[in-house]
Amino acid sequence: MLSVKHVNKSYKKGGLFTRERQQVLSNISFDWQQGECLGIIGESGSGKSTLGQLLLGINEPDQGRILWDGKRVKDRKTRLGNISAVFQDYTSSINPFYTVEQALMEPLMLHKKMRQAHQGNIDQLLHQVGLDSSYRQKYAHELSGGEAQRVCIARAVSTEPRCIVLDEAISSLDGSVQIQILELLKNLKTMYSMGYIFITHDIRAAAYICDRVMILRNGHIVEIVNVEQLKDVQSPYARHLLQMVIT
Amino acid sequence: MKIVTRIGKDKLAAVCLLFIAAILVTGVFAPLFAPHAPEEVHMELRFAASSWEYWLGNDHLGRCILSRLIYGIRPSVLWVLVALSISVAIGTTLGFIAGYFRGKADAILMRVCDIMLSFPGYVMTLAVIGILGAGLENILIAFVLMKWAWFARIIRTSVMQYTDTEYVKFAKAIGVSNINIMIKHILPVSLPDIAVISSSSFGSMILQISGFSFLGLGIQAPHAEWGMMLNEARAVMFSRPELMLAPGIAIILVVSAINFLSDALQIALDPKLMTSRHKWQGKAIALASKPHGKEVA
Repeated sequence: MLSVKHVNKSYKKGGLFTRERQQVLSNISFDWQQGECLGIIGESGSGKSTLGQLLLGINEPDQGRILWDGKRVKDRKTRLGNISAVFQDYTSSINPFYTVEQALMEPLMLHKKMRQAHQGNIDQLLHQVGLDSSYRQKYAHELSGGEAQRVCIARAVSTEPRCIVLDEAISSLDGSVQIQILELLKNLKTMYSMGYIFITHDIRAAAYICDRVMILRNGHIVEIVNVEQLKDVQSPYARHLLQMVIT
Repeated sequence: MKIVTRIGKDKLAAVCLLFIAAILVTGVFAPLFAPHAPEEVHMELRFAASSWEYWLGNDHLGRCILSRLIYGIRPSVLWVLVALSISVAIGTTLGFIAGYFRGKADAILMRVCDIMLSFPGYVMTLAVIGILGAGLENILIAFVLMKWAWFARIIRTSVMQYTDTEYVKFAKAIGVSNINIMIKHILPVSLPDIAVISSSSFGSMILQISGFSFLGLGIQAPHAEWGMMLNEARAVMFSRPELMLAPGIAIILVVSAINFLSDALQIALDPKLMTSRHKWQGKAIALASKPHGKEVA
């Protein structure tokens, strides 16, 4: 279980000696339950990607705590095998010197006990995301966007983590591929019984896959609602967002 | 090994690589290759033209020019290479620390670099030689002291650019240690940048060493060094201009070979040119099946 308590984050503005800071996230608190798919929705600049980086331990909050089963998520031992990620930009998401096989082996190699067990599983992983074993020897620049994103998803699920943070994972793909990837994510979720934190600006995609949705604006949580009650949101900003989608 | 085979495909680069390797080997085993002792004076052979015994002729003291050229590889190429590798190593380490961790480490290291870079290189080298005294070792120490900041600066920029890529973020997220991320993910992609800047400064360092020897601050008199040979030939520039040819051409050839090689290296290290092996395998299968088909027919 992931719990976020009173998190604040700001970035330094300007040079070495300025004290001026830009507040990106203020007083964010929420819990993520095991196996749940939580959507984080916001416009660009709302701080959702920063929040994603904090959840992944890439960055540290200024104040507040982010705990995974009571341990700090910033320690890499806590994250090891528990949390994984898929990012937006498929062009830089795989090391250009790695073949697909090497990219998939990277998270597996971190787990000493899994090293042998998973040697033969690369084919199976590729198969699960709809690619065949001929992709093993391909390099990242030989893949299309959808294929690269599938490889990233395979890489994320390879260690069977309990939570995957998807930071705009489908946003740079075109429409038909988006739906395929969403389907794939749904299937994998039941197969591995894991949960997602799905960061997006696309309400429809979030409504399709998420159980709960958190709406973020200017670094503040506007509202957290279950997806079934998405129509009955209270706050004016959330209503406005929904309106934009419908029209 | 992949890189070597890919450089082999580029004819010019292959020639440069062989040439540089040959120069290095000749320099290391100079006593075996040199036909005469480099400091052996034969006043009767002053300015002698090339002959079977002295291939490139003799200089103003009747010394064998070829032997001096071969012994000159040591200070001009080998020691410059050592100084270069040390300063690149320091620059790479600090550049990686500054570019990868950012924040305070970056700010402090870059301010130190600013201070180092604010002195003009030649003046600082002269000052270091003034403190430590003339001699090749002191010039090399001065080079290391002056050059690392420049390398650190450029490598930091390159590292920063790759630290923002998503595969590095992914590696961080799943808990790969920082050292491993730097070695596996950032070093290979920033290697072309490092190769290009170090090769370009290799040329300028050879020329600088020659320059300091010219001023009498580098290698001391009887020892052979390319820049000093050029300086000695300068005295008779109008009566015997051919004496400048041997060291001059040697410097030009080595510096251009290094520059051509670094260009080729940049292309050879480009991951976009790597293709998956299965295509080759496919070709091999197609080739293998052809004669089989004939047999059936």
